[in-house]
Amino acid sequence: MTEVTLTKKDFTSDQEVKWCPGCGDYSILSTVQSYLPELGVPRENVVFISGIGCSSRFPYYLDTYGMHSIHGRAPTIASGLAISRPDLSIFVITGDGDSLSIGGNHLIHALRRNVNIKILLFNNRIYGLTKGQYSPTSEQGKVTKSTPLGSLDTPFNPVSLAIGAEASFVARSIDSDRKHLTEVLRAASAHKGSALIEIYQNCPIFNDGAFDTVKDNETKDGALLKMVHGEPIKSATHGLVHAGSSLKLVELGSVAESELVVHDVHNPDPSYAFALSRFSNSKLDHVPVGIFRDVERAEYGSQVNGQISDIIAAQGAGDLETLLTSGDTWDVA
Amino acid sequence: MGKPVVSLDQVTIRFAGDSGDGMQLTGDRFTMDTASLGNDLSTLPNYPAEIRAPQGTFAGVSSFQLHFADHLIQTPGDAPDILVAMNPAALMANIKDLPRGATIIVDQDEFTTRNLSKVGYEANPLEDGSLDSYKVHAVGLTSLTVAALSGLSLSRKEAERSKNMFALGLLSWMYHRPTEATESFLKAKFGKKPEILAANLLAYKTGWNYGETTEDFAVSYEIAPAKMPAGKYRNISGNTALAHGLIAASQLSGLKLFLGSYPITPASDILHELSKHKKFGVITFQAEDEIAAIGAALGAAYGGALGITATSGPGLALKGETIGLGVMLELPLIIIDVQRGGPSTGLPTKTEQADLLQAMYGRNGESPVVVLAPSTPSDCFAIALEAARIATTYRVPVMILSDGYIANGSEPWKIPSMSELPDLHVEFAKTQEDFLPYLRDTKTLARPWAIPGTKGLEHRIGGVEKADKTGAISYDPMNHDLMVRARAAKVAGVEIPELTVDDPKGDADVLLLGWGSTFGPIAAAVESLRANGENIAQAHLRYINPFPKNLGKVLERTQR
Repeated sequence: MTEVTLTKKDFTSDQEVKWCPGCGDYSILSTVQSYLPELGVPRENVVFISGIGCSSRFPYYLDTYGMHSIHGRAPTIASGLAISRPDLSIFVITGDGDSLSIGGNHLIHALRRNVNIKILLFNNRIYGLTKGQYSPTSEQGKVTKSTPLGSLDTPFNPVSLAIGAEASFVARSIDSDRKHLTEVLRAASAHKGSALIEIYQNCPIFNDGAFDTVKDNETKDGALLKMVHGEPIKSATHGLVHAGSSLKLVELGSVAESELVVHDVHNPDPSYAFALSRFSNSKLDHVPVGIFRDVERAEYGSQVNGQISDIIAAQGAGDLETLLTSGDTWDVA
Repeated sequence: MGKPVVSLDQVTIRFAGDSGDGMQLTGDRFTMDTASLGNDLSTLPNYPAEIRAPQGTFAGVSSFQLHFADHLIQTPGDAPDILVAMNPAALMANIKDLPRGATIIVDQDEFTTRNLSKVGYEANPLEDGSLDSYKVHAVGLTSLTVAALSGLSLSRKEAERSKNMFALGLLSWMYHRPTEATESFLKAKFGKKPEILAANLLAYKTGWNYGETTEDFAVSYEIAPAKMPAGKYRNISGNTALAHGLIAASQLSGLKLFLGSYPITPASDILHELSKHKKFGVITFQAEDEIAAIGAALGAAYGGALGITATSGPGLALKGETIGLGVMLELPLIIIDVQRGGPSTGLPTKTEQADLLQAMYGRNGESPVVVLAPSTPSDCFAIALEAARIATTYRVPVMILSDGYIANGSEPWKIPSMSELPDLHVEFAKTQEDFLPYLRDTKTLARPWAIPGTKGLEHRIGGVEKADKTGAISYDPMNHDLMVRARAAKVAGVEIPELTVDDPKGDADVLLLGWGSTFGPIAAAVESLRANGENIAQAHLRYINPFPKNLGKVLERTQR
């Protein structure tokens, strides 16, 4: 194969970007455009498929193949494409409303099947495109246009949901942290099967400052529990220790450094990653970021195509005439 | 042997029993043996939505009707000439369809006080004279079967299960059906269970011998083969014909077949059938719901596959938004609606032709699709090829409106030779400078099918209105008007054959026009009217959108 040497510019389309000034989507777009040359896949083999919502405009801004589909259904279209075209690198761009409300069913089923698609879930905890209603990740009590007295719904924790749906790769990153997001994208691309990356994304118009705790220089070091494979999980002030079958948050210094949980992204037990996911709450005072889980599991598309190649290897390719004349036939002279 | 043989030109038989009695299998076997004898035939299974309704109840009655003849026939028949009723519920459920003088064969062992009261018979109809105007054969199907199998080491319950084969054997004797095919079928089916195989073969043979030896059955019947065009035939149901037509389309086009489907009666058999044929490179994807099923099919079509989804009415309602996306993306997509009774859940196992307007208009905005309707079970094969031709040539969603009647019904099908099949070869867009994803072919108005993986054709598409030629997002009202008209013109301009009119004298003053599965019943009615001297013509629509170009002229020909 010939060496592919592409640059960020090669992946940037000629379309004018039309998100609101200050939107977190800009930095995510820039990070993804910068990362794609490193993916090492020819442009024509990269496909971005989105649903509906502000983030779902994403494919227009990348000079790859792309489809801006309908609300919530991007994982279904991406699944059909990934299964029938295993040669492609497919990304799904979605938001918290798109993937967790109207498209919740498709998200969990794509994850349990482990189809080879990389899902970037832009979580801004609000409906932006429809101008400011609460979303399935909005904190309870959220006052919005549709909830003047505060929202009543208990929010989803997208990472917990994905782990519950048997996801083989789950991670969380932040829109403004280009380096961290790039690392996560790199690991997700190397993973065979579905990957869900939750990206905290600021909506400056309808939910501005939602993630300030994990972004402001003054607070972020205390809030971010950094998960790095093979290293203790800790923030500047806190760390995690084992507590029976679960995990517990402790102040650094209250236990020996050696007591801290050493992160293992390949831990086959999903309850470990699930326990980690429970530390992120609506208040965002302690938020694990990084890769929660990265385990090997058979990829769906290769299994589907494997069944076909196995039967052809065993019985030969199908013959149409034989098929049509199968069963009980008779001749009329 | 020695008993008189009466020649008949046609017979309609209905097998009816509890849904666990194996009536569908019995009917299928009788059908296959009848087909191999060269009679023309038409079948209609009728089964309850309940998988195992309480035994012996009205709700659990399942039936299979077969009409066969020494001439060409059009329908599974109206009134059965002969009813096989395995229990009182089956008798009660079907007696109203029987004309006086019809023959009834019942399993008298099942006519117990308990079973009779289950369905509300106050007296035993076999004894109270209520069946005096029918020819009733009360046979101990259960006890005779059990007695015949007493030499085998089977429980009574296991032995009783072969009573359907006893009934099949008896009917096969009555109508001179050959036995070899059913015997080899049983050997293939129960080859791994020698005791069960022995039981079925023995019950089948005993049933045959019973007919031949008992005085209860004085005559047997013969129906000569029908005169059919020369060729190789098989019996085929609509769902199987659709599945095989789609495989043929995949092979003839060189496109990978991708079926996204969610199980729904009466369409699931298309999923089942296609799942069996993976060696043709067929991908079947049982999705989490109807929406995902069509989404995956559309995704596969985007990637260059023959994308198909199969469903029934309620599922079609759920797919509407994605069909609209298919209209906007202008990609090939085949949507099969095996219609059933509605609205809502309606009558899942019963047939109805009530989704026509949903198929035509059941989407937001101006969203035209091509609509085709097979007219008979075997026509489903040809319609599948047509759907693939139109979808891939014009890059448009094509809807196939089948229904439960032709999906599950069957008839002899003259198998086409390979050379009769059309060339469905497809060209994808090739690498080029200044690619325009929505530049239309001047003849077909189709846009290029530019699949991912093609260097230099990277482009973005979506559900937002497209600018002419470039496919970029456009909110311009004039462009929207242009695109709405272009999409409509593309569907209106699909090339299809003219409508043919069956008008033997050429001057009929009444035309019977139908569409879809009404073909058989209308043709039968026309035949019968003509036999009475009426001058009547018939025409039948297989193309619903667009209509054949000569439809207006055809309608003007006759006064009514």
